[in-house]
Amino acid sequence: MSDATNSGPVLSADGTPLKRSLARALRRQKMRALMLIAPLLIFVLVTFILPIADMLWRSVENQIVTNTMPRTVVALADYDGASGELPGEATFEAAYYDLYIAAERKLHTRLGSRLNYEQTGASSLFRKSGRGLDDIGEVYMDQFEDLDKNWDEAEPWAELMGDPAWLEAQGKWQKGQTQPTFKASGAIKELLPRTAEQYALFAEFQQVDKDKSPLREEPWSAVHTALYQDLAEADVSGYTGPQADLLKAADALVASPDFETVTFKAGFEEIDEDWMDPEIWVTIQTYSPELTNGYFLNAVDMQKSPDGAEFRDERERIYGLLFKRTIFMSMVITISCILLAYPVSYLLSNLPARSANLLMILVLLPFWTSLLVRTSAWKVMLQQQGVINDILVWIGMVADDSRLTMINNQFGTIVAMTHILLPFMILPMYSVMSTIPPSYTRAAKSLGATNWTTFWRVYFPQSVPGIGAGSILVFILSIGYYITPEIVGGTTGTFISNRIAYHISSSLNWGLAAALGTILLAVVLLLYWAYDRIVGIDNVKLGG
Amino acid sequence: MADQTNGDAFVAFEHVQKSYDGETLVVKDLNLSLPKGEFLTMLGPSGSGKTTCLMMLAGFETATHGEIKLDGTSINNIPPHKRGIGMVFQNYALFPHMTVAENLSFPLEVRKMGKSDREAKVKRALDMVQMGAFGGRRPAQLSGGQQQRIALARALVFEPELVLMDEPLGALDKQLREHMQFEITKLAHDLGITTVYVTHDQTEALTMSDRVAVFDDGRIQQLDPPDTLYEKPRNSFVAQFIGENNTLEGIITEIKGETCVVKLEDGQEIDAVPINVGTVGEKTRVSIRPERVEFNKDRLKEGAHTIKATVLEFIYMGDIFRTRLRVAGKDDFVIKTRNAPDQVRLEPGTEIEIGWLPEDCRALDAD
Repeated sequence: MSDATNSGPVLSADGTPLKRSLARALRRQKMRALMLIAPLLIFVLVTFILPIADMLWRSVENQIVTNTMPRTVVALADYDGASGELPGEATFEAAYYDLYIAAERKLHTRLGSRLNYEQTGASSLFRKSGRGLDDIGEVYMDQFEDLDKNWDEAEPWAELMGDPAWLEAQGKWQKGQTQPTFKASGAIKELLPRTAEQYALFAEFQQVDKDKSPLREEPWSAVHTALYQDLAEADVSGYTGPQADLLKAADALVASPDFETVTFKAGFEEIDEDWMDPEIWVTIQTYSPELTNGYFLNAVDMQKSPDGAEFRDERERIYGLLFKRTIFMSMVITISCILLAYPVSYLLSNLPARSANLLMILVLLPFWTSLLVRTSAWKVMLQQQGVINDILVWIGMVADDSRLTMINNQFGTIVAMTHILLPFMILPMYSVMSTIPPSYTRAAKSLGATNWTTFWRVYFPQSVPGIGAGSILVFILSIGYYITPEIVGGTTGTFISNRIAYHISSSLNWGLAAALGTILLAVVLLLYWAYDRIVGIDNVKLGG
Repeated sequence: MADQTNGDAFVAFEHVQKSYDGETLVVKDLNLSLPKGEFLTMLGPSGSGKTTCLMMLAGFETATHGEIKLDGTSINNIPPHKRGIGMVFQNYALFPHMTVAENLSFPLEVRKMGKSDREAKVKRALDMVQMGAFGGRRPAQLSGGQQQRIALARALVFEPELVLMDEPLGALDKQLREHMQFEITKLAHDLGITTVYVTHDQTEALTMSDRVAVFDDGRIQQLDPPDTLYEKPRNSFVAQFIGENNTLEGIITEIKGETCVVKLEDGQEIDAVPINVGTVGEKTRVSIRPERVEFNKDRLKEGAHTIKATVLEFIYMGDIFRTRLRVAGKDDFVIKTRNAPDQVRLEPGTEIEIGWLPEDCRALDAD
């Protein structure tokens, strides 16, 4: 054969390598297949996979602390919260400047809500501080103002701080145009670094957030605070730039013994005593990394502490209980479904086709009714003044004053959910059982097995795949069930999903909701894996 | 059908009737008995009642009327698992979740047999069907023929005296089927087991059985050893159902003791043996096996009637020649001749005369 002797690649009839022609021939098929699945793929990607990825991300994401309080996070880096001492003045200074700009941008309340998940009271503390921070700066602002009215004017400040080129450009600016980025003059930057930084933040805020010119807006009190700090340290006698007199006068004022000062720490104490408790600083420090396992710890009833993760107070633990309850109740529901569905499926698969169809319709009937209607119907049935209690009282089994509590507890949830999920158990069981030929049972009997042995040793093992498929379906559905426990569960019959929904829509702690959801997903996957190891997933049949 | 029941029969059906719907009888007054060690085949088209009879014997169906006896005692009210009858099913019914050895061990376990005894018996049964090395496999890992052997071994492992087989070879290809036919027969005879075998394949019935019961319409049409059944069918149904058969319709013109003369529709006359006919002047259907038809006059008896035939088609089949003729206006008359060196190959269009020994031509009922 010529092919065998030819050491080069196999060629097709027209001389191109066979591999390439094959790839070309297949490419069109592949493109076609891709285009056919594209709509669904995009749909699933956009509506399902991306949100799930986002949820997983939210459960560990924690950029808000560093973004809002960057200086404080740096200042707290070496803070040892376990010592029980407050952080140093530098940290209070950093917190002052961080919170000042955050309060101006109205970001401090968001940070407060975030930290409130970890430490109760943080939300109100931050809201209060946003208003109170001005008190610190006003001490200096008032004194500078009393010295010279120009310290409360926009233009002198701008002339002092700004680079001449920027001042000129900013002067020509009109509304609607892009504003020239603020540039501090070189001398000031060297002489008054804090003031330059704070003024730059102020200018940026006015330009970007408010679309106003810094030439017309009076700086806020944080700039005055910075000015005081700079003047206390710097020697401005050599300064010759714009507004040199103004600056030198201020320097003289700061140097005078009459000048009133206040430490940042005292200022914070004035705002709220809580700042004097190391706890809030520990919390800020603990939650300063951009990624956190805090939500997950929270979701398993743990919290971060200086000594690492630890369990919460016995009374504050709730999620462990809810997870356990969810898994326990899902198992009870699954087992109830198996017990109820098995005989029905057996009957279905052994009846003649016509009767089986009729019975099948009865089984499927609940599917055609709205879930809400079915659940509400159970409410009517099970409540204390409901149908079942009425009948029990009427036939005298239960006294009128001791009617059974069958709803708003675990019992109600289990009953209603077993009913709702039953078809998901019957259908796979039925389809598996109907493929078991009657000759197996006959063979077993002809070999001498009693009815029970025949069932237990021959029929039952072959129906296990149906039980497995139904159980996985029912268990996974019930572990994430929301509506029914919400309506009939009361306080003792709710699931973890109800808590997730609460955090999504009421407490707005999405990070915790995401962490709970992720754990739920992990639990389901773990159980699935365990099931695969024990029973074998290829033993699961939905039919045929 | 005469009552065949006798005192020392191992299995006996006595006036058994079966109806599923209360309106029609699937089995109509069945009387059948077989002695110990016999291999009996129930043969018939589907719906003839043969499988129902087997199921009644196994205990999966109850007789509407009549009695079924095993070894002299009525088993009508004994549940299947207490009858101790081995059974091989059409699709083997090997339990898919058990290994081959576990399948075989199952009937011994339910009989509470000790572990060492069980293992010994399972091994012996597997060796008996030459499957000793397959004990650890699952049924799904075996070929159809292997599964068949295991099903057989399982039906025999608890040493039943009676084994029922419900079309056990139906799913196998031809070659394997022929091989298994031989093995099953040999095994049954070697072990001395009484076997009731159900099939719709007449070749299977003829090659395997001591006796064959031909079922049709809920009745046994004929119960005889294979050779009798083939050569001496008692009615048209059996003649048609077993083997290939030529039929000619006509009217009896003369009956002389062991022979009669039948006048065909085109006026020609032929000789036949009156088996299942009325009197002179009545309609009959004569049956001649294709291999008993002779066109060489030297081989015919002196004075035998011959009839004219036209060759329509000659088919070469290797070991035999098959020639289709037009006889008495019918186009489906077939003769078979052995492919011997001196054999004539008939050309289509040739006019010939055919005849046969009177005893090979049986005049049967006309319907």
